[in-house]
Amino acid sequence: MVGAALQRRLTWQLGRVIAHERETPKAWRISFAVDLGAWLAGQHVDVRLTAPDGYQAQRSYSIASAPEAETLDLVVERLEDGEVSPFLTDELRIDDQLELRGPIGGYFVWQATMAGPTQLIAGGSGLAPFLSMLDHHRAAGSDAPMRLLYSSRTRDEVIAAERLAEHRARGIGVEITLTREARDGWDGRVGRVDGPMLEATTFSAGERPLIFVCGPTAFVEKVAELAVAMGHAPNMIKTERFGG
Amino acid sequence: MITRGFQGRRRGGAHESRLPPGQYDVGDGFPVLSAGPTPHTPLDRWDFTIEIGDQPAARWSWTEFQELPHEKISVDIHCVTKWSKFDTLWSGVSLDTLLGSAPAPMAAFVIAFCDGGYTTNLPLADASSGKAWVVDTYDGAPLRPEHGGPARLLVPHLYFWKSAKWIRGLRLLDHDEPGFWETLGYHNRGDPWLEQRYSGD
Repeated sequence: MVGAALQRRLTWQLGRVIAHERETPKAWRISFAVDLGAWLAGQHVDVRLTAPDGYQAQRSYSIASAPEAETLDLVVERLEDGEVSPFLTDELRIDDQLELRGPIGGYFVWQATMAGPTQLIAGGSGLAPFLSMLDHHRAAGSDAPMRLLYSSRTRDEVIAAERLAEHRARGIGVEITLTREARDGWDGRVGRVDGPMLEATTFSAGERPLIFVCGPTAFVEKVAELAVAMGHAPNMIKTERFGG
Repeated sequence: MITRGFQGRRRGGAHESRLPPGQYDVGDGFPVLSAGPTPHTPLDRWDFTIEIGDQPAARWSWTEFQELPHEKISVDIHCVTKWSKFDTLWSGVSLDTLLGSAPAPMAAFVIAFCDGGYTTNLPLADASSGKAWVVDTYDGAPLRPEHGGPARLLVPHLYFWKSAKWIRGLRLLDHDEPGFWETLGYHNRGDPWLEQRYSGD
C-alpha cells in the first residue's frame, strides 16, 4: 500500500515557520510551510539543526496536522535538559527556516480507507500523531468509529483542548483522564489508565478495533499489555513511544 | 544551512569520535521502541530454529541454548531514531556458532524472525564473522522483555532495528527479502556510519 510511495529518496527540505504557539506550559505547536509531498496521518519527520561551526543535531517528531492541512505542524514538548526541544520552543521565530525530512514511517498510520473501529490511546505529548488522525478523519468525512483516550498529568497540560472538544462535538468519543490533579469543575476522568478505565472508555475486543498507543515507554508498555489482557489481538495494536 | 540561533551543546564529549553522523549520546538512558505489544513467551515454550529456505535445519530449546558457548560483548549501539548508547554489555551466542550447526552453502542472506511477527533481513556477511549474536543478558542480568528478552539479535554495526527483539530463529536464503521496517521506508542495510536511515539514503 504505502511501500511504493516510500521508496523515493527523502531529501532535506527547507520549512518556514508560519505559526509558533504555546499550547500548554510545556508544549508548543509549530506550523511549517514546507513541500514534503503527501504524508499519512501518524507519520513523522526528522528535523535537522546546524550550528555555525557545522555541528548538527537531528530529532524525529510526529506530524500533528492532517494530510489535508495547509501546514505541517509539530507538537514539541520542552524537555528541560534537551538540546533540540528548548531551541524549537524558545528560540525559533516566525519566518525562520529549518531543514525537515520525511514523511517517515509506514506502520503507525491511519488512513480514511480504514473503515473499522479505531481506538487512539495517548499519554502526554503522545497525542501529536492522533491530532493528525482525528483531523484526517474529519477532513475525509470518514464513517469509521473512532475514539480517543488521552492521559494528561494536569488540566493545564491538555494539548489541543479546543480541537479535541470540536471532535467530541462531531461524535468522536474523547475521554481525557488527569493523573496528577482532580480540580473542581473537571468533568473528565481522573487517575492513571488501568484495566477498568479501558473497559469503560474503549472499544471492546469483540468490536475488533485497530488500536494505536502513543506516549512514554512505561505508558505504552502498560496500555498495550492491558489491551492484550482484554483479548485484543496483538497484531491489532500499534505502538509508538516517545523519549526514554 | 546554518540554523539561526542554534549553537548545540553536546559536542566535544569524550565519545564524540564514536558518534555516527546525526546521532546523540543518550547517556544512561535506554529508550524502548517497538511496533506492537511486548510478547511474553514462557521459556519452556521458547525455542530457536534455523531454517534453510523453508526447511528446519537446527533447533535448540531454551535449556539447550543456555548450554551453547556464550561470549561477553561490549559495544556501542545506534538507533535510527538518533540516540546512541556507548559500552553496552551483553552476553550471548555468536551467529557463527548457530549457523555452523546448519551448513547452507547457497545461503547469502538471513532473515531473523520473532515472536510478534517482526522480521529483519541481513546479508550473511553482516551476520557472520563475529559481527552478530543472539544475546540473552544485558548488563549482567537476564534480558528484560521490553528490551527483547528472553533473547534478541545483536548486530551492533548496523542501526538497532536490525537487532531484532524476541528473536525465535533465522531463515537462510539465497536471495534478499526485505523485513518489516525495510518494507516500510527504512534502508535495506542500515549502516549508521553511512547514515543509511531511510530507503534511498
